[in-house]
Amino acid sequence: MKDSYTLKSLAVLLENNKISSKELTSEYLKNIENGKELNCYNTISQEKALIDAEKSDERRKSQNLRSKYDGIPIGIKDLFCTKGVTTTASSKILSNFVPNYESTVTQNCDDAGLISLGKLNCDEFAMGSTNKTSFFGSVKNPWKSVNSDNELVPGGSSGGSAAAVSGDLCVASLGTDTGGSIRQPASFTGTVGLKPSYGRVSRWGIVAFASSLDQAGPITKTVEDAAILLDIISGHDEKDSTSSVNPKENYYENLNSDIKGMKIGIPKEFRSDKLPASTQKSWDECANLLKNNGAEIVDISLPHTMSALPAYYIIAPAEASSNLARYDGVRYGLRVKGNDLIDMYEKTRSEGFGDEVKRRILIGTYVLSSGYYDAYYIKAQKIRSLIKSDYVEAFKKVDAILTPSTPSTAFEIANEPSDPVQNYLNDIFTVPVNLAGLPGISIPFANDENNLPIGLQLITNSFEEQKLLNVARNIEETINYSETPTKWWLK
Amino acid sequence: MVAQMIEGWNLVIGIEIHAQVNSKSKLFSSSPTDFGSKPNSQVSLIDAAMPGMLPVINKFCIEQAIKSGIGLNAKINKKSIFDRKNYFYQDLPQGYQISQYKDPIVGEGFVEIETENGQKKIGVERLHLEQDAGKSLHDQDPNLTFVDLNRSGIALMEIVSKPDMNSPEEAVEYVRKVRSILRYLGTCDGNMEQGSLRADVNVSVNKPGNELGTRCEIKNLNSFKFIHAAIVYEAKRQIKLIEQGDSVNQETRLFNTQSGETRSMRSKEDAHDYRYFPDPDLLPLTLDDDWIKGLQDSIPELPDQIKERLINEYSLSSYDANIIVSDKAISRYFEDVVKNRNPKLVTTWVTGELFSILNKKNLIIENSPITSKQLGELVDNIENGKISNRQAKEVLEEMCESGKGALEIIDEKGLSQISDKNEIESLVDNVLNSNPENVKKYKNGKDKLFGFFVGEAMKLSKGKANPKIVNDLIKKKLSQ
Repeated sequence: MKDSYTLKSLAVLLENNKISSKELTSEYLKNIENGKELNCYNTISQEKALIDAEKSDERRKSQNLRSKYDGIPIGIKDLFCTKGVTTTASSKILSNFVPNYESTVTQNCDDAGLISLGKLNCDEFAMGSTNKTSFFGSVKNPWKSVNSDNELVPGGSSGGSAAAVSGDLCVASLGTDTGGSIRQPASFTGTVGLKPSYGRVSRWGIVAFASSLDQAGPITKTVEDAAILLDIISGHDEKDSTSSVNPKENYYENLNSDIKGMKIGIPKEFRSDKLPASTQKSWDECANLLKNNGAEIVDISLPHTMSALPAYYIIAPAEASSNLARYDGVRYGLRVKGNDLIDMYEKTRSEGFGDEVKRRILIGTYVLSSGYYDAYYIKAQKIRSLIKSDYVEAFKKVDAILTPSTPSTAFEIANEPSDPVQNYLNDIFTVPVNLAGLPGISIPFANDENNLPIGLQLITNSFEEQKLLNVARNIEETINYSETPTKWWLK
Repeated sequence: MVAQMIEGWNLVIGIEIHAQVNSKSKLFSSSPTDFGSKPNSQVSLIDAAMPGMLPVINKFCIEQAIKSGIGLNAKINKKSIFDRKNYFYQDLPQGYQISQYKDPIVGEGFVEIETENGQKKIGVERLHLEQDAGKSLHDQDPNLTFVDLNRSGIALMEIVSKPDMNSPEEAVEYVRKVRSILRYLGTCDGNMEQGSLRADVNVSVNKPGNELGTRCEIKNLNSFKFIHAAIVYEAKRQIKLIEQGDSVNQETRLFNTQSGETRSMRSKEDAHDYRYFPDPDLLPLTLDDDWIKGLQDSIPELPDQIKERLINEYSLSSYDANIIVSDKAISRYFEDVVKNRNPKLVTTWVTGELFSILNKKNLIIENSPITSKQLGELVDNIENGKISNRQAKEVLEEMCESGKGALEIIDEKGLSQISDKNEIESLVDNVLNSNPENVKKYKNGKDKLFGFFVGEAMKLSKGKANPKIVNDLIKKKLSQ
């Protein structure tokens, strides 16, 4: 029965006293223990989770619940600062860092009574799309090809968050998405990944990668669960100046699958000969499905799509190069002794950061340098404006846009391209959404010929999360995707 | 001296003033800003740049910057942008300073200063807001450097002048004037000793008619004396170089307050590439008209306006008025004393006698041992003839030492002037009667003896007689 666990179903089980929070938490801790091979968790909060679960059970007894979901354990990407719990961003430089403060998002979860099972592995400082850049090693995808026993990447950067949900090492998790870091791993693992509009969810207390693009969001089994978790984590936060004052909606309460009369756009620039046939087929089938369910399918153009990736790989590293300057060995984190200040900086940062992080710091430093700033950074910002206006124009004509989430399904860990630019192409469909600050969701649609999940992406206008979830729910309801990975790690 | 030395040379000076915003909390965090607190006792998670921390602008600091802009007759920019200035240093926790680069909150303005040749307008290029850094302590341990982050994140206003000043005196006057305006506005306490206001001075020299020379920047000058001395030294140094046939290198220099010399800190080639870019954690700052209007209406009377009023209302000379408005505390003190009193007398006693006492004791007017009320009482006793000017000086000194009021001292010392006509008349009669020979001589034309009679009468009164009445009476009696 376990596979049917969702936030929604667990709330009912808890309410009917079919299971206690402590039993549920223990069960997940056991799954985590048995699934160690997947390398999903950097930190397992065994003791704390059980204590918190007992407290939740007491609250339930005394009818003093924080929310309907009080007592449900979830996993948290190791990028959210959590009070008293090591927070590493999967980097050596923060491997000993224990914050004495709690991020707004995880605080919101705590306020709803959710319990943290621990901190989920991810790419170092959320930079990567395979989870291979983590200081703590790759996460393994719970899925395997029917044609090979080789281990697959879970995607990234929220690879641990997606793999843990997919492999039942938690029922739902928190991730962050700067260029696709929620949607791409969700697509690779057959889970639902939602990146909210920029400003919908507070960034306070989340280790920053690229401030103008970063956004936290849920990875779940279902669209309904995504709505539930978004309700819990979103809202205005005065501690984050970029947090939106737009009132949030009751996404779960208002969730419906009515799409009659909606216009769904299919952007021609996302079409490609290189797209696997099975992905193309899913995309077409989904469009047909929506049409059958009462929507109108409209061909649209997003003319600057092809410039998104180059612009992103200027803006994101530029911001990162500055955001990561604080990891200097002076106040916290790793310090490697040196002969003088500069020597200490160089040794600390050389040892503390991995190759991909260093690469992006170098790129970012370069594009912001005097003499190059206009040619790179300013130009990239101009492209970003053009991409934004592409979407503004598009949403004058359509309610939502449907695309594939990724140009391929999960690939073998050993086959990760050695050329970083090849790797960056993983995010080609997701990056424009971050540049435009829009909400996007990846939902599993079907499995390919290797029995690996194919994800499709929906995009709506800013702060139209409700519409986004409704369209996604319509698809989910119709296809009833129920594939699960065979749990090969259980011996 | 200076004028002679630079005979035949033009001096061009531009100044950047760093003024700490008068605010209880920091620019992007709610930490307190008290001076002299225990190291690292005023540091929030944001000031220490902990992972995931985000800046939130302190609205009060914005208002202070807008007010300062209005006081500098400057354009307030309705949209401004906070940028990151990136560099590594131990006392810069974020690895960048949040500052304003291309789009500052305040644009062009000006201040007027007094010079030898009359009023001069000095252009203000811009005013922008930025964070201060922490402080490195190198003297606590032989091998280690300690960092105090209490200052980290405190709001500073950087006020950049145009290169409109041509002498060290003008430069000092400019900084004085800006400091005074900020103090009137209450936007900076102007305390230079504590570092609340410091100046970076750009100096270049050229021959009249020639192109501008290469400039050097002298950093972190925290007194008027140092500003003056650094400019004099730097101008001489540059002139000497050029006259020797060498050229001036564009560089940043430090002023040694002990030796009075400047020395090179870094050359242009070594200058940092700060990699400025808009801080993505902060939205562009937009100001609406009502907000600006409201602040405009709250601006108090500023030195130039007060000066004009003092001249019109009290017939003060421009010179005296300038001294009085040079500082908010002085003008407030003066206006307290002058109310319903003789302006000329009050001016003399404030800018003359009181100032000389303060100078001697090395005090600023805020710490004056004599309150405006006490000085008013003293002036009253001069004006009503109870004591003479000479006596009043004695009383003032005593007031200063003892803290007692003027009247109390006058009574204690029996200084009270005799103004009773009958009493003085009997004194005068006494003198004239005792010196019949001299009276005869006077009446025969020896005018000089008048002073003798006055002197004798004063002597007889032990100096207490009102000299004017003595004079009048003697004149009257002798002409009878």
